[in-house]
Amino acid sequence: MAAVHGDTHGHGHDDHHPSGIMRWVTTTNHKDIGTMYLWFSFTMFLVGGFLAMGIRAELYQPGIQILEPELFNQFTTLHGLIMVFGAIMPAFVGFANWQVPLMIGAPDMAFARMNNWSFWLLPVAATLLIGSFFVPGGAAAGGWTFYPPLSTQGGLGVDLMIFSVHILGASSIMGSINIITTILNMRAPGMTLMKMPMFVWTWLITAYLLVLVMPVLAGVVTMLLTDRHFGTSFFNAAGGGDPVLFQHIFWFFGHPEVYIMILPAFGIISEIIPTFSRKPLFGYSSMVYATASIAILSCVVWAHHMFTAGMPAVGQLFFMYATMLIAVPTAVKVFNWTATMWRGSMTFETPMLFSIGFIFLFVIGGFSGVICAIVPIDIQVQDTYYVIAHFHYVLVSGALFALFAGAYYWIPKWTGRMYNETLGKWHFWLSMFFFNLTFFVQHFLGLAGMPRRVPDYNLQFADFNMISSLGAFGFGLTQLLFLYIMISCIRSGEKAPQMPWEGAKTLEWTHLPTPAPYHSFEKPPVVN
Amino acid sequence: MITSKSKANVLMLKKLLIFTLVMFVFGYALVPFYEKFCEVTGINNLLQADVRVKDNWVDEERWITVQFDANTRGLPWQFKPLQTSARIHPGEPVNVMYEITNDSDREINGQAIPSYSPRFLDKYLKKFECFCFTKQVLKPNETRQMPVQFVIEPNLPTDIDTVTISYTFFELPGS
Repeated sequence: MAAVHGDTHGHGHDDHHPSGIMRWVTTTNHKDIGTMYLWFSFTMFLVGGFLAMGIRAELYQPGIQILEPELFNQFTTLHGLIMVFGAIMPAFVGFANWQVPLMIGAPDMAFARMNNWSFWLLPVAATLLIGSFFVPGGAAAGGWTFYPPLSTQGGLGVDLMIFSVHILGASSIMGSINIITTILNMRAPGMTLMKMPMFVWTWLITAYLLVLVMPVLAGVVTMLLTDRHFGTSFFNAAGGGDPVLFQHIFWFFGHPEVYIMILPAFGIISEIIPTFSRKPLFGYSSMVYATASIAILSCVVWAHHMFTAGMPAVGQLFFMYATMLIAVPTAVKVFNWTATMWRGSMTFETPMLFSIGFIFLFVIGGFSGVICAIVPIDIQVQDTYYVIAHFHYVLVSGALFALFAGAYYWIPKWTGRMYNETLGKWHFWLSMFFFNLTFFVQHFLGLAGMPRRVPDYNLQFADFNMISSLGAFGFGLTQLLFLYIMISCIRSGEKAPQMPWEGAKTLEWTHLPTPAPYHSFEKPPVVN
Repeated sequence: MITSKSKANVLMLKKLLIFTLVMFVFGYALVPFYEKFCEVTGINNLLQADVRVKDNWVDEERWITVQFDANTRGLPWQFKPLQTSARIHPGEPVNVMYEITNDSDREINGQAIPSYSPRFLDKYLKKFECFCFTKQVLKPNETRQMPVQFVIEPNLPTDIDTVTISYTFFELPGS
């Protein structure tokens, strides 16, 4: 309660904050916390990327070269966990922290101190997760979905992973409670729900999804923990439990989770496309309804991840049709973005390039998703590289490209400096080229039957794997260029003009100076 | 105005925390729901007795071999069927005896979990009595003989002439 008070009227006469490290440890400012979220997630992105490089280096040619199978399994498992929970999700929370208050005209997040806490839980969780590589038995190695029985049998690494997931879950729940409250209670006068920028809308819906499913994930990892150490038998067949039950509960969380990672990306794209097309977003209200329908549908399709786990045909049909139905609201969104660009005065700065790249590649990932939804095909491609290709198209060229787009788009507002446009374009085109080099061939590998999570493969897969690995190394190096662009922008970029993008219409551009001051909207703006 | 706003925020916080708690409980509620769902729909009723049908048709023309298999996993019991296989007609009631012995000097609770080959045998296998329907408690060095009564339905696909019924005993916690 005191924290809430301190936040809402304490800022005006509190411009001098502690300096040095204590500024960051104790900060309750949404911009500081947003910055920390973004740096944290980028660090995790590099760690997860390092693991990906290890995986691709091992798969560069057939046979076992650099990673023993046990370590390879740890690499794939931790790559997934770190990228999902450490890189993509916190990055979007970072964007929410920076942008939600700015875009709705609020002075800060609703619970500033809780905001600080939800961030500082993350390094703890990351330490547990990464530290698990160094305990006896190594890190969890049963895949990022930690299915039993592998996860009930693993060593100390699995326990560390379980605690880490608990902490990450708590952090996400607090973060989303904060975002929901901020959006619902702290909008500027005149900012009705249907006037909110799409980014805010997508985050509102995402935050609701998070409080809906994150507690279920916390529950299921708690069940794993008690199965491992306290004699329960939720998933242990010997004690009357059922390992398939784990898959149901996990994917009840897991499928909404994939939309948690993509809806804010939709939001970022929906801000950038109108700006660089110099037209308002086409079909705003249909965008809102499409986002809500995707969120609702995402809760009733989970079992399409387990068509081969054993399910009556009726169940398979239901989950197949429900899954295919999601393509409808998603297509509405793609249609609206395209219609926004239609006859707009478009320019192609880096944020726009990444957004168009997003639309193009996300649609490919969406289509391969519909293909995977078809039961007979899914039974063929289950656990093959086809699935890997599918979800990297939606998560890398989807979520990650949207994050890059958003970073380039808002960095002038955050720092008051412009990034190097030429290097930004290089970053885009290199990412685009190497991404497709890495993952497009994995469709062919999957269709030819190459199983995922195996460090060795049949000779027939050798050429495509070499191409994929070369692409992955290139993609990894390209991201160091992004780091360079961002650091040189922050340290020595050209001064950004007050309005770097003339087409931008949201509050942070129209009502605030560039860079945004440390305390903004202490007097709420009036929205017409 | 500021206080009313922060009061509204705290109210929202409370509501969302309650919602979070409800969803946590919901995760646990999925466990009994799943069991009930499988029971009602008959998806996963390995441990339930089937209802005996009176006018059973026996396919006298056809012979199938039923192999019996017994395993233990992690508990000091000996477990074996008294016959390793049987040649039967589909539809004919079969009675087999299994024997378990507790080799240790402590009381142990065990649960047998069935497993079939081919996998879809459970659609055609009707079990009326089985030691796997309940847990078995064996005193130190106790030996027990237990029956399994079942019918393999005559509509078993004709390309199947050998099936295997396997049981594995696991130790239950708390014994």
